Amino acid sequence: MTDDIFQGYKGDALNILKKFQVRVWGQANVETSRGVFVGTILPRAENDDDQHIVMKIVTGYNIGIDIQTIVKMKETGYKKANYKIPEKEFPTTPGFPRVKLLGTGGTIASRLDYRTGAVIPAFSPGELYGAVPELADICNLETEKVFAVFSENMGPKQYIALAKAIGREIENGVDGIVIGHGTDTLHHTGAALTFMIQNSPIPIVLVGSQRSSDRPSSDAALNLMHAMYTAGHSDIAEVMICMFGPTSDDYGLLHKGTRVRKMHSSYRSTFRTIGDTPLASVRRGEIKTIKKEYNHRRKDKNVKILPYFSDKVTMMYYYPAMKPDILDAMVDAGYKGIIIVGTGLGHVNKELYPAIERAHKKGVHMFMTLQTLWGYVNMFVYDTGRDMMAKGIIPAGNMLPEVAYIKLGWVLGQTDDPEEVNRLMLTPINDEITKREPYNGYLIFQGGVPEVEDFIKKVRK
Amino acid sequence: MKKFDPLKNYQNTKKIIGYIKRKKAVQADYDRIGFMSGLEVHQQLLTKEKLFCHCPAGQFQKHNEYDAEVIRHMRPTLSELGEYDGTALMEFKTRKEITYRLKNETACTYEVDDTPPFPINRDALEIALKISLLSRLNIVGEVHITRKQYLDGSIPTGFQRTAILGVEGEIPLKNKTVKLIQLSIEEDSCREVSDIGHKRIYKTDRLGMPLIETVTYPEMVNPDEVKEACDYIRFLNRSTGLVRIGMGAGRQDVNVSCKGGTRVEIKGVAHTRWIPELTHVEVYRQWSLLQIRKVLKERMAKADWKMNSKELNYYLFQFPTKEIEFAKENGFEIWAANLPKFGQLLSHFTQPGKVFADEIADRLKVIACLEKPNMTNSEDLEQSISDEDFEKIKTLLQAEKDDAQLIFWGPKEDIKTALETIEERCLMAFEGVPEETRKSFENGTTIFERVLPGADRMYPDTDSAPIPLANDYIDNLGKGLPTDVIDRYNQLRAWGVSVDTYNYILSNNLFPLILDIKEKLKIDPKYMGNFLGHRLKYIEGHYRRAANFKYKQLYNLFKYLKDNKLEFDIAEEMLKQLYEHPKMQFDSVLTTIKFKKVKRSQILDQVLFLIEKFKQIGRNVNELNTQNWVMGQIRKLALGNMALTDLKKEVKAASEKLEND
Repeated sequence: MTDDIFQGYKGDALNILKKFQVRVWGQANVETSRGVFVGTILPRAENDDDQHIVMKIVTGYNIGIDIQTIVKMKETGYKKANYKIPEKEFPTTPGFPRVKLLGTGGTIASRLDYRTGAVIPAFSPGELYGAVPELADICNLETEKVFAVFSENMGPKQYIALAKAIGREIENGVDGIVIGHGTDTLHHTGAALTFMIQNSPIPIVLVGSQRSSDRPSSDAALNLMHAMYTAGHSDIAEVMICMFGPTSDDYGLLHKGTRVRKMHSSYRSTFRTIGDTPLASVRRGEIKTIKKEYNHRRKDKNVKILPYFSDKVTMMYYYPAMKPDILDAMVDAGYKGIIIVGTGLGHVNKELYPAIERAHKKGVHMFMTLQTLWGYVNMFVYDTGRDMMAKGIIPAGNMLPEVAYIKLGWVLGQTDDPEEVNRLMLTPINDEITKREPYNGYLIFQGGVPEVEDFIKKVRK
Repeated sequence: MKKFDPLKNYQNTKKIIGYIKRKKAVQADYDRIGFMSGLEVHQQLLTKEKLFCHCPAGQFQKHNEYDAEVIRHMRPTLSELGEYDGTALMEFKTRKEITYRLKNETACTYEVDDTPPFPINRDALEIALKISLLSRLNIVGEVHITRKQYLDGSIPTGFQRTAILGVEGEIPLKNKTVKLIQLSIEEDSCREVSDIGHKRIYKTDRLGMPLIETVTYPEMVNPDEVKEACDYIRFLNRSTGLVRIGMGAGRQDVNVSCKGGTRVEIKGVAHTRWIPELTHVEVYRQWSLLQIRKVLKERMAKADWKMNSKELNYYLFQFPTKEIEFAKENGFEIWAANLPKFGQLLSHFTQPGKVFADEIADRLKVIACLEKPNMTNSEDLEQSISDEDFEKIKTLLQAEKDDAQLIFWGPKEDIKTALETIEERCLMAFEGVPEETRKSFENGTTIFERVLPGADRMYPDTDSAPIPLANDYIDNLGKGLPTDVIDRYNQLRAWGVSVDTYNYILSNNLFPLILDIKEKLKIDPKYMGNFLGHRLKYIEGHYRRAANFKYKQLYNLFKYLKDNKLEFDIAEEMLKQLYEHPKMQFDSVLTTIKFKKVKRSQILDQVLFLIEKFKQIGRNVNELNTQNWVMGQIRKLALGNMALTDLKKEVKAASEKLEND
């Protein structure tokens, strides 16, 4: 491939390289008006400008050279980096559970992609064993790359592909399934798989990492160990998300796919169960259940795969003074289901009423969820709530907005009969609506308060 | 047969390798063993905020002052070129649990790696670029933030964000020019609170503060030259007035090797005055290790060397020492290892007061996490195990005559790593000097700290975009830079300022003050230089400095003296006051030191009177005693009113005159 020689370079920078016949991975002496620079020419990230050339100098550092200052360049050698994660055969231990890792494109172990400057995941069992050898003490691992997309590009097509792949694996008799996944939409996938895979006899564990595995302090390895242990050894046969409990390298938490949410853009302990407690905590060699009731592991293979999804579903995040034309536009665009994310107990302003009535008349299914995330929709408390119900909006209990969106998509993929839609939406499959909110289902500690500070100082989290 | 005496062996081997004290060593000694040294000089920059977040820089906490703790473990990752780094693997082997203490005032979620970096602190970048220009470096066209792996936990991310600003510079020393490899800007690391067993604790106040590192080529050929180069770089940094001073604001890593040796890095040397002794001792340590290699190779080939070991039973031996008692009580295992052909080598000299066995003990502490004392051996300088026990152990291990035995103890789970560590270090002895970083002590000795990391630990920072440095920007920074340190040095000499003051003047960046006072107040720079280098330095060493005292205030002091036509002799007395109370008005200072304005004639009138007086009351009246006594009596009154040198002349003349009359 010709473009490989000048990987990532374009415009003026590319012309300079061509002019002096210097390749990427070539060792070069570059004479500039700022002095001489010696090193290996590196690929350049595609989105960076065309005015600089990147070089690795002998001390291992990278620098950029301004092409306007270049007087002369000479290639003195060539050595392409052989970038490979050490691969070792994953050992099989008789008696260990069989765990299948399904890849979607997350970063469990990874290497750098010069083109984008981002990281590329390692994936084969051999590569993973090279990066996280402890896995061999947990299970016998098989892997399959179902597809490779970034978390934010996951969608219905991928949910369906995953559900079907999981169905096959259960049929094949694996003891547990781990799905490597980017973290941004981990909880959407968690919800989708909960609805699409019902009555699973084995644990299905979604896992990701908040710090890519190209850094020594990454949470990837520990998350992976926790997930593998859960998949292979736990008694909980549900769709779960397994991520850090505290930000410290300590234990993981197993959250139900329907009650979990990413709550911080970058913290390791970003996933939290909302309105309930997590299912369990996990350390290597130990799972401590928190919830007393859960679906237990079984020996049979009686799983139901329901791979349906309609993409005619959308969400409307309400804000004060929202104009009805937004809702009208959604309806006119052909959306059949709308999850409204309302204020307080589930409200929108009166100005929207005509648009709501219009949508209802056109057969659009509308469900109310909450911006507050915690708590139940209650549309009886104020008149406005009653008005809205009369106009066709159905309260969705304490279903999280994203979960409601996924569920409505899944429901409308099966039926558009209003009664059936309502029945399916409001009949919980796995706690997406709970009957009660325990007192400890809502805990957001306020920093600065003395008793909280005392606690924080003591717990090392 | 006469019993082997380890102490004698230590002294004998010290003689064999030709160790001499530094004060006695001359260049020929260093040339013989091929002394070579380079520097990595770290300097904190004076900015309000840290380098990649908006936490304040320069606020520090005590060890137990923290709001929360976070625990992390570090795993090695692949470098950009696809290699695992040696240090990384060593640190991974040690399996440390690292706790970070954070105080909300000085650390945010960035420090504990829960938030990505904010754009680089432009003030810090600018200061670092100015210093790069002063160091005659080739400035890069684009700054690339790089991640440099540190698995010791000193940075919670597991890497330091760092970037090269310039390469290939130089600094002039008195007799030669030393070339610089590069200058980088980087974030400072955590400060260690403790490191015991598998638990290491750090605090995060210093973490993330902007720092620069100036790296020289290994061109220094004797210990004093290393210090000179280091001082030069530190003075250069300080000449900008834009860097931090005080404890820990400047630190250096010193690289040393001898002929046939290896680059060994002595880390975190806090004072440049420690450098000569440290480099001297290190170069001889390497020379000793080469001698050990020679002996070993004569005895056997590395490929044939094999260690054997056995767990010992506490009850079959006497083991009288309290360390072993302690090990027993804690349920530790105790092991013996036979080191074939290492006889007379465990007690081989390596550093003053240290032997080869210490090399093993140090690694057991760091790599296997066995707290010291963690071992004893058949050649321990203070033998703690009875001959009888050793005989039993030798039999147990089927040891031969030239072999040495080592006994160590530790928790069961660390024994495997410990055995590997011992074996590894012994095998390294066949190679000579292991590449490592070493921790320094004030007495000039060092101990093992880590395996020396290589270029394999560098990785581009995918969280940061490259920062272009346009020509205009660099040209602008180049204007208004301070003069070169070497020029300042030469100027001080040309002015005739006393040589012993230069270090003080340059290290406190007082040159601009002397120049300012010379130009604006027309005061002789020779006088000023000596005044600062002697009098100010004395005061600094003997009085308590007020927090708001600034050197600039000396300008005001001399301006006041000049404006009020006072003699400069009074400056020192006034400065003592000013140093402790910088806010005090100069008039009040004069009152405090009981200054009274008197005329020259009034002083001289008293001189004649006093000479007569001394004749009456003095016990040993001669010309010199008379003059001294009179000066003593009148000095205080004259101070500020009349130059003391002038007064002295007058007293002398008067006493001589009286004598002759």
